[in-house]
Amino acid sequence: QSKTVKGTVVDETGQPLPGVAVIIQGTARGTTTDFDGEFTLGLEDQDETLEFSYIGYAKKSVEIGTTINFNINMEVDAEQLEEVLVIGYGSTTKKDATGSVEAVTADNFNKGAINSPQGLLQGKVAGVQITTGGGAPGSGSTIRIRGGSSLSASNDPLIVIDGVPVDNDGVSGMRNPLNAINPADIESMTVLKDASATAIYGSRASNGVIIITTKKGSQNDSSINVNYNGSVSINTLNDQIDVLSADQYRDIMSGRPGEHLLGDANTNWQNEVFKTSVSTDHNVGVSGNVKGWLPYRASVGYTLDNGTLEGSSMDRTTLNLNLSPKFLDDHLSVNASVKGMFVNNKFGNTDAIGSAVAYDPTQSVYDSRFEHYGGYHTWTNSDDPLSGRSVNAPSNPMAMINQNSNTSTVNRSIGNAQVDYKVHGFEDLTFKVNAGYDYSSSKGGIYEGVETSWNENNGPAGSDDKGGYVSDYTQDKRNELLDVYAQYNKEIGKHKFDVMGGYSWQHFYEEGSTYENNVYGNIDNPMRLWATEYYLMSFFGRANYTFNNKYMATVTVRQDGTSRFSQNNRWGTFPSLALAWKINEEPWMQSANFVSDLKLRAGVGVTGQQDIGQGNFPYMPTYTIGDDNSKYGFYNPNTGQWEYINTTRPGGYDENIKWEETVTYNAGVDFGFFNDRVTGSAEAYYRVTNDLLNVIPVPGGSNLTNMLLTNVGSMENKGVELSLNTKIIQRQDFHWDFGVNVTWNDSKITKLTTVDDPSYEGVKVGGIAGGTGETVQIHRVGYAPYSFLVYEQIYDDAGKPIEGAYVDRNGDGVIDEKDKYIAGDPMANLYFGFTTRLSYKNWEFSLAGRAQFGAQVYNNVDSNNSAYDQLYVSANNNTNNVTTDIYNTGFQTRQLHSDYYVQDANFLRIDNIMIGYNFNNFLKGKSNLRVFGTVNNPCVFSNYKGIDPEIQGGIDNNMYPRPTTYMIGFNVNF
Amino acid sequence: CLHQLDTTPIDPNVSTKDNVYQTVEDYNQGLAKLYAGYAVTGQQGPDGDGDLGGIDEGASQYLRRYWEAQELPTDEALNCWGDPGQPDMSTMSWSSTNTLNEALYYRVIYQISIANQFIRDCAGAEFDLSRQIAEARFLRAYSYWHALDLYGNGVPKVTEENSVGADLPSPWGAKHNGDELFKYITSELESIINKDNEQHLVETGESMFGQANVGVAYMLLTKVYLNAPVYLDAALLPGDYLDKAETYVEQVLNRYSLSESKKNSVSAYQSLFLMDNYEEGNEVIFSINYFGNQTRTWGGMTYLINAATGGGMDRDYMGAPGWGGNRALVSLDKYFDNVSDERDLFFYGEGHTPEVTNFYEFSQGVPVMKFRNVDSFGNPGDATFAEVNFPVFRVADAMLMQAEIKVRKYGEHDKQVFTKLWARANRQGQTPDMTLKNILEERARELYWEGHRRQDLRRFNSFTKSEHVTAWPFKGTNTSTPNGISNVDSRYELYPIPASEIGANPNLNQNPGY
Repeated sequence: QSKTVKGTVVDETGQPLPGVAVIIQGTARGTTTDFDGEFTLGLEDQDETLEFSYIGYAKKSVEIGTTINFNINMEVDAEQLEEVLVIGYGSTTKKDATGSVEAVTADNFNKGAINSPQGLLQGKVAGVQITTGGGAPGSGSTIRIRGGSSLSASNDPLIVIDGVPVDNDGVSGMRNPLNAINPADIESMTVLKDASATAIYGSRASNGVIIITTKKGSQNDSSINVNYNGSVSINTLNDQIDVLSADQYRDIMSGRPGEHLLGDANTNWQNEVFKTSVSTDHNVGVSGNVKGWLPYRASVGYTLDNGTLEGSSMDRTTLNLNLSPKFLDDHLSVNASVKGMFVNNKFGNTDAIGSAVAYDPTQSVYDSRFEHYGGYHTWTNSDDPLSGRSVNAPSNPMAMINQNSNTSTVNRSIGNAQVDYKVHGFEDLTFKVNAGYDYSSSKGGIYEGVETSWNENNGPAGSDDKGGYVSDYTQDKRNELLDVYAQYNKEIGKHKFDVMGGYSWQHFYEEGSTYENNVYGNIDNPMRLWATEYYLMSFFGRANYTFNNKYMATVTVRQDGTSRFSQNNRWGTFPSLALAWKINEEPWMQSANFVSDLKLRAGVGVTGQQDIGQGNFPYMPTYTIGDDNSKYGFYNPNTGQWEYINTTRPGGYDENIKWEETVTYNAGVDFGFFNDRVTGSAEAYYRVTNDLLNVIPVPGGSNLTNMLLTNVGSMENKGVELSLNTKIIQRQDFHWDFGVNVTWNDSKITKLTTVDDPSYEGVKVGGIAGGTGETVQIHRVGYAPYSFLVYEQIYDDAGKPIEGAYVDRNGDGVIDEKDKYIAGDPMANLYFGFTTRLSYKNWEFSLAGRAQFGAQVYNNVDSNNSAYDQLYVSANNNTNNVTTDIYNTGFQTRQLHSDYYVQDANFLRIDNIMIGYNFNNFLKGKSNLRVFGTVNNPCVFSNYKGIDPEIQGGIDNNMYPRPTTYMIGFNVNF
Repeated sequence: CLHQLDTTPIDPNVSTKDNVYQTVEDYNQGLAKLYAGYAVTGQQGPDGDGDLGGIDEGASQYLRRYWEAQELPTDEALNCWGDPGQPDMSTMSWSSTNTLNEALYYRVIYQISIANQFIRDCAGAEFDLSRQIAEARFLRAYSYWHALDLYGNGVPKVTEENSVGADLPSPWGAKHNGDELFKYITSELESIINKDNEQHLVETGESMFGQANVGVAYMLLTKVYLNAPVYLDAALLPGDYLDKAETYVEQVLNRYSLSESKKNSVSAYQSLFLMDNYEEGNEVIFSINYFGNQTRTWGGMTYLINAATGGGMDRDYMGAPGWGGNRALVSLDKYFDNVSDERDLFFYGEGHTPEVTNFYEFSQGVPVMKFRNVDSFGNPGDATFAEVNFPVFRVADAMLMQAEIKVRKYGEHDKQVFTKLWARANRQGQTPDMTLKNILEERARELYWEGHRRQDLRRFNSFTKSEHVTAWPFKGTNTSTPNGISNVDSRYELYPIPASEIGANPNLNQNPGY
C-alpha cells in the first residue's frame, strides 16, 4: 500500500451522500462513504482511477493522480429508472414513495421467449399473481393483484401504457390485448397496489394499476446507438394427458358392447395434434439524440410464434417511436410516443385438444370409407358410412385441425403526446397536457369447407348445398384521452410541497359486425352490426408534503363521472391518505450504521370498480331488436303467405346501479441494510369491497329478466407481502443477487344478499364439461370466491373410491345437494416468486421461478373422460377413449361432483433459466455482443394428477398446454 | 362537455324508451316478442343474447320446459340425459333447487313481465292498439294459466299496474288453491272475447295461423274451467264451472273441425305434426310457429324432434340429426295394443327394446316419430332448426273435452267422438263406452306428446294417485328403479316455486310439501 486518500461525496444539493461505492477501477478493492459522505481508502501504486457509484446517480470516474483529498459532486442520473418510480400523473422515487408501489425494470424482467408484457412480470412482485391462459402463441394472462376485489365485475388491474389508460375489454381477434407492446420496448413496469397509490385512478383502481413505460432516447448521449436482438426458439411439450394406449384400449373393450366398432390402428391422437414448433423473434432499436435537443428511440420488432398445436401461430410486427424533445430552455418538454402493432393470428382448432383425449385410439386418422368427409375417420349414425354424422360423437381431431381455418388480423396503435410547460419566471409551476389515443381494427373469421362432418347438412331446406361454415367479424375500437393538469413544487425551509391537480376525459367507442353462413352464402343471414360507447370524466388532485425529509404525507382525491350510471349515481369520489416516516433520517438512527434505509408507511383509501361487464347502459330501460334468426311469423291463410316479424325486447335494468367501492388499509416498511446489500419491504393489507356487483335472481315479475346485475354483498381480502433482495456477492467481476417475494392472501365473501339469509346457499359458478349446466363452484358467504362445492367421496379399504358413495354430511340419511361441502378453492393462500442472478466476468446466469400452496384444481379432464359407460355410447354409435385414471377409480359412470377430482394444486415451477456470455470487445470494441440461451418452463414440481396445476379459475379442462421453450438468442449493440 | 355523460345507446339494434315505438309496425314488433317468447330464447338465434340468465339458453326455452313438465313425469315419456335436474323430471323427484324447474318458472313469469311491459308501453300511444293490447292480455292470461297449472295460486301478482324494479310482488293469494288467480285469468279472457269491449280479439276467420283470436280464448277458457276442481279448494269451486266449460267448448267446436283427409304421402293425423301443418288451420286452434333459420333455437320443435331421434332411427325420415333423449314408455305403447292405428307413430326398429332397464340408454324405450321435420311429401326442412309448428290446441282435444264435460255433468254421453277419431285414424275394432277412464285413454292415444298429459292425469286423479292409471316405469322412484310406484307424495301435484325465488321474494310461500 503506497498511500491513503480520503474525500467527501455530496449530492446535487451539496448534501453529504452516504453509502456511495468507491471502487478502484479494474480491481475489486474499494469502500463506501459513511453517513457524512466521507471515505478513506488505501491505494496501490498502479491504481489510476476511482469510480464512484450510487443508485440513482451517474457513475463518476476520477483520475487519482496526486490528489489526496477528493471532493466529489454526484449528479442525478435521469435515466436510471431503478430509482424513479412512474406513478399516476407523475413520478416519485422509491425512497419518497408513501404508497405500495413496486417497479420492475428491464434488467429484472423474466428472460427468454416471452412475447407478452405480462410474462415479464410473472413472479416478480409480491401480491401479484400472473397466470397465463395456456400455451397458445401470444396467449393472454390473467393478472390478480392481491386476490381481486370483485365477483361479477372485472378483477383485472387497470393498465396504463405511457400515460394512456387502456380499457380491459380486450380486442377481438387478439389472444392478449397487451400484445400491442413488444416486450423489448418496455423500460419498466410499475405496479401500484394499495389505495394511496391507486386512488388517483379512482373508479378503475380497485384491482390495482400497472403502468408500462416504454424505452426512450437518451437525454445526454448524442451518439447513435443501435441495438439488435434476435432469437430462435423451439417449443415442445413434455407431457401428455394419460389416456389409454390403443392396446390398453383394446384390452378394456374386450367383451364390452361397442367392441365391433374398434379399428386396427394405433393412433396417439395427442401426438397427431401437437408438434414441436420453431419460433423466432427479431428486434432492432435505434436511439440517440439529434443535436442535443431531440432524444429519440425507434424500434421495429418481428415475432413469429408457432404454437405446439397444429395450425396455431401468431406473427407480429411492432413499431415504436418515442420522441422527447425540450424547447425554450428546457421549459417546454414533450414526450411523444407512437406504437403500432400488426398481428396475424392463426388460432388452430383448440377444440381438437379435448377431442384428442377422447377419440378412439384404434381408429386411424384417415379412413377411405369416409371420402365425403375429406377422408377422415368419422363417427356415423350406423355402420353405414353414408348414414350421416353422429352429431353428439366427438369429431376427428385431425379433421378439426385441418378442415378448420380460424384466423384474424389486428392492427392497433397506441400513442400519446405529453407536453409539460414550466412557467417562465415561475418555474415551480408546471402545466401538463396529455393527449392520447388507442385505436384498433380487427377482422377475423372461420372457414370450414363442405366436407366438415360437424357442419354436415346445414344447407337450407331443399337445397343440395350442404355446406360448411363461414363466419367473420370486424371490430374497430377508438379510445381517446385528454388529461390537463398542473403541478406545483415548492420547498420552503424544511417544508416540501408537491401539489398536482387536473381534469381527465376519456371516450371509449367500439363498433363491429358479425356474419355467419354456409360456404355458398345462400342462408338468409344478413351481417349484424353493433356499436357502443361510454365516457369517463374525472377531476383529480394530489398533495405531497414532506417535513424535514423525514415525515411525509400524501393526500389524493379523484372524482369520477361515468356515463354507465344514472345521474343520481354517476359521480363517485375516491380519496386516499398516506403517511410515511423515514426512520433512518432520524439523528438517533445515525449510529445504527448497518441501516441504510428504513421507512414506515401507512395508508388508507377508497377505490372503485366501474368495469361491470354488463354493457354500457345497465341503468337504463333499453329495447333490443332481435336479429333475423329470432323472428316470429304468422301464416296468412287468405294470402297463402308467411309474415315474419323481427321482435323488440324490453331489457331488464337496475336504475340504482353504481360503483363497487373498496376500502384498502395498508401498512408497510421498506428497508435497506448493509449499504442496501439487503433491501426489501414488508406489507400488510386489508381490503373490504362493499356494494359488490353481483348477478342475482330478481324477484319474479319485478323486472324484465330473472337475473340482474346489482349492488349487493361484500367481500374482504387480507394479506401479508414480503419481498427481499440481497446482493450476496458484489465484487468487481462477480455478482450474485437473490430476490424472493412471498405473499399470503385470504379472500372471503362476507355478504351476498340484501337481507341476511343464513339459508342462502350462494351463487353457483364454474361450469364444467360433462353435462349441460353442471357447475362445481360457488360464491358462498364465509368462503373464498369460486370455492369448490362437491360431495365427500368414500373410499374402500384399498383406498379406491367407491362409486356413488358419499358422506352424508348433514346426517339426514339421504345423499342430496345438501350434503355437498366446500372442498377448497382455486386461490393460492401462499405464493412465492424468486429470482437469482449471477455474473462472473463475461458470463451471466439467471433463474426465476414461482411456487404456490393452498390452491385446489378441479380435474375436469379426468372427471369427464374416465368412466366405463363412456367407452361406448350406443345413442351416438361411437367408442371413446378414457384417461388412465379409470384404473384408479373403476367408475362405471362419471362422478362429476366427487371431491376425488378436487386435487391439490401446489406447485414449484422454474419459469426460466438463462446462461449468457458477453463479448465486450466485439468488432474491435465498437460493439457489444451478448449470446444467451434460455429455457422457459423447464419443469414444474407438483403432485397434481393432471398435466399442469396452474389453471386460472381452477377448472382444468383441456387447456392448451404450456410448452417448454428452448431459445438461443443474441444481442448486439453498436 | 359533462353532458357527454348523458350518452344513450348508439347500437343500431338497441333503442331507448323515447324512440323505440314510433309507428304501429314498431308496436307489432313488440307484440311479436310476446309470441316469440314461446318459440325462441332471445334476440339472437339460436343463442347469444338470451332472455334469461343462469341456465343453458337452449334448455331454458319455453316450449321445451313446458313440454317436459307436462310429459316427462307421466306415462308418456322419459328422458335419458344426465344433465343436472334432468333425471328428476322423469322420475318425479324434483326439489325446489331443480334448475330445470327454475328455468320453467322464470320463463313463465318472464313472459308475463314482458306482456305487462308491452301493455304499459302501449298506454298513451297515438294509434289504435286495442287489438294488440287484447292479444297481449291473452298471452299473459295464457302464461298465467301455465303458472296456475304448474305452481298454483301463490305466484307473484304482477300486472301492468306494477312498475319495473319498484316493489317486491305479492302472491295472488296466500294459499296455493285459492281462487284469486283463477278469477283473474277467466275475467281477462272473458273480457277480451267480448266484442263490446274496446280491447278484444279478432274473430277466428280473420285470424292468421298462430294468432290469438276469439276461438283460441274460448279453448283456453274451456281448459281453465274444466280443470277448476284441480286448481281450486273445493269450497271455492264455482257451482257453474261445468256449465261454463260446456258453453265455451261449444263455441270452439263452432269454429273448428277435424282435418279428415289424407294429405299427400301421409295420413290426416300425421299431417298435423309436419312442416306444412299450417295448412291445417281448421283443426289447429293455436300454435307456436317455427320456420327453421328464422326462428333458430335449441329448444322448441328443434328440441322435440332432435331429442326424439337417435339410435337406429332414420335421420332422413325424421328430417333431423339425433340428440337421443326422449322416448315413450311401454305404458303409452299399451294404449295402442296391437291394433292398427295411424296414430301409432312409434319406432320398433332393430336394436331398440321397449322395456327400459337402463334409464340412461336411449335404445331402451319406444321412440316416437310423431313430429318430424319434413313436409307431407317427405321433403326435409332446414337441417339444423326445425320448421314444424307446434299445435298448442287442437279441435280433437276440444271434442274429447266436450265429451268429458258431458259425462262429468250428466253422467253419460254418446260415443260419437271416439267413432270420429277412430275413423280418422283408421283404427280397427270396437269403440269403447264413453267413460272417464276410456276418455283418459283416448286422450293418450290422440294427444300424446302434445304437452297435455300431466294436466289430464291430475284432472283424472291419476298423477300422484292412481284412480284410472296406476304405476308406470320410474314413476316416483329413481333412475335405478324401473318399476314405478302407484301413489306418489301429493306434493308433486304442483311444482315447487324455485328456492332462489323464495329467497329473493320473502312475500311468497312455498307450495305444500316442499
